[in-house]
Amino acid sequence: MKKRSRNNSVRKLVTQLMTSNCGAGAVTRAESSMAACSVEDVLAKAERDEAERLKSISVVKELELEFDVGNLLALDKNPVELRGRSQDREELLRALARDNVQLLVNEIWKLPAERTDDVLVVKLPEASTKLPREKPLPKVRPPTKWEQFAKLKGIQKKKKTNLVWDEVHKEWRRRWGYKRAKDDTKEWLIEVPETADPSEDQFAKRNKAKKERVAKNEFNRLRNIARASKTPVAGLGLAPRAQQSKSELAQAVSVARTSTASVGKFQDRLPKEKAPRNTGKKRKFQPLLGDFGNEKQKQLEMLKVMETKKPRLDVTKAVNKQLREDEEEEGRTRRKKGSGKKGDRGKRGAAGGKGKGAKGSKGGKGARSTKGKGRGPHMKQGKR
Amino acid sequence: MAHLDGVVKPKTKRSKRFLDHRAPKLLENSKNAMIMKGGNTSETVTQALKDIVIKIPFSFITNLLLLFLSQEFFSKKTDCSLFLFGSHNKKRPNNLVFGRMFDFHVLDMFEMGIEKFTALKNIKNEKCAEGTKPMLIFAGELFDVDNEYSRLRNVLTDFFRGPVVPAVRLAGLEHILHFTAADGKIFMRSYRVLLKKSGCRTPRIELEEIGPSFDFVLRRTHLASDDLYKTAHKQPKGLKPKKKKNISHDTFGTKFGRLHMQKQNLDKLQTRKMKGLRKRRGAVVVENGGTTSPKKIKTQE
Repeated sequence: MKKRSRNNSVRKLVTQLMTSNCGAGAVTRAESSMAACSVEDVLAKAERDEAERLKSISVVKELELEFDVGNLLALDKNPVELRGRSQDREELLRALARDNVQLLVNEIWKLPAERTDDVLVVKLPEASTKLPREKPLPKVRPPTKWEQFAKLKGIQKKKKTNLVWDEVHKEWRRRWGYKRAKDDTKEWLIEVPETADPSEDQFAKRNKAKKERVAKNEFNRLRNIARASKTPVAGLGLAPRAQQSKSELAQAVSVARTSTASVGKFQDRLPKEKAPRNTGKKRKFQPLLGDFGNEKQKQLEMLKVMETKKPRLDVTKAVNKQLREDEEEEGRTRRKKGSGKKGDRGKRGAAGGKGKGAKGSKGGKGARSTKGKGRGPHMKQGKR
Repeated sequence: MAHLDGVVKPKTKRSKRFLDHRAPKLLENSKNAMIMKGGNTSETVTQALKDIVIKIPFSFITNLLLLFLSQEFFSKKTDCSLFLFGSHNKKRPNNLVFGRMFDFHVLDMFEMGIEKFTALKNIKNEKCAEGTKPMLIFAGELFDVDNEYSRLRNVLTDFFRGPVVPAVRLAGLEHILHFTAADGKIFMRSYRVLLKKSGCRTPRIELEEIGPSFDFVLRRTHLASDDLYKTAHKQPKGLKPKKKKNISHDTFGTKFGRLHMQKQNLDKLQTRKMKGLRKRRGAVVVENGGTTSPKKIKTQE
């Protein structure tokens, strides 16, 4: 590119010279007089002009700057001397800045330019300054059971269309969700298959099957999450951070202490380490053999209490306590019902998938709550 | 959203998108900066903070009293990983703390005192548009040689870099921030670039001072430990562009591919059946005389 421009400038100069010096003569005469003008002079003049023009954008520096064009950044390692009054200093700074910017701009202009929409745009290379990330790297999820199976069998994911043609309604409908193409639940007629029991409710059967499928899906999803999160995470204070509080360090020390084969029983205490407070036996039992006097005292006291007419239980207090508990229960169930009815049902369904025990407890709770609703006289028949 | 085991489960698509935007990703978002004012700030510091807010895109400004514990909380809430904290007291007048975080814990912090400050409004001329990506220049051998200064250079790059773009408009390179380290101070000047005609394609640069100018003095620093710094720099493997094997390009731009075949048994190769060339009964008589033996042609039947 430079050569071409130089050639152009040389040609321009030559024509200028020809027309100015040698007059408007015939071409042949101009050519002969060109020899007199001397080609070397012309070329030398062209070079000098070029150099002068380049001088306006060239900057001389002791050390070359380090450029990071991807970030539009430049680092000038030359030593800077700022002396003098503040006015001079400003001027010095400005001159320094101008030189550095000129060098940076020269670098940027060296990149290939494209013209998009009437605008000159330069494609920037990758940034070379290494800047730290904002957040740590995302953890790689372990593949789910289905993903492992698919990889094993070589099953690829097939891209499905968004809409499916529905024959019944004669229009395009979405594949699943609200107003879907083939909605099982909206059927008003289900043929009873020959093998089935005639008194069986086919609609209920379909509903139950769907509920079971939903519960199974939820269960599998939770199991996948559990499997994914099974990677052991160090507890609080064990993974080193920048600033750790006293309690975190103490916890780390106690965990380190008990991580021996005999759970820290024979571990010597450090000079300034304090004994742990919450350890030791949690329940104390009376010895089986020994002094019976204490036991005798206790039994006699119990008999005395049983003899008195005064009831141990304050009935009014107990009833109030029970009522308060019931109110709290109702409040909770009403809030739950108001926010997510389906969620609650889903949870109960999931519990059914997991185990009978959980189902029983949830069922019991539900029963109690409805009974409570009927009992309280001041309860409003609110939202159902 | 209820917290189950410290994990928030999104209930709507919109909240899921919001959480995914804030989750750790392979290619990260641009860093946001949080600008805070301490309990006691002087006029200089307030003005300085306000001027810098304009410089840095994606920044939030809050009036926060000095609690450093809640600074982490705030950064988590606003998803900001850079912060700038301004304060003023007798011992440290006109203090600015530039800091950045990794995983919402403090990575680096640099405390700088403002010795001389000229505000944006004090310099009266035309400014450049807000949000232009600035060019950054660091001058002085201290920025390369001294450990603290080179870390400071890194932090300042992070702060003032702006969004990472693949291409830039040549005429839009207007703004330049120039940092000079000399005489134990750091001079920050902000200029507007005027591209003048020069003989060749690259323009000649003329500068016009705009914007706030600071004379900083580096006070206390808190650099991250080496291993924490290394962890913060870990790049994911997925980002490196995968080299496509067996594809090559010609000088004319033709794309060539390369197929690797297994060894073929040429005896049992299936070729086209040319009926005319089939072996016929009787020898073929050549015009020039002499009979030649019937040519044996290998065809597969």
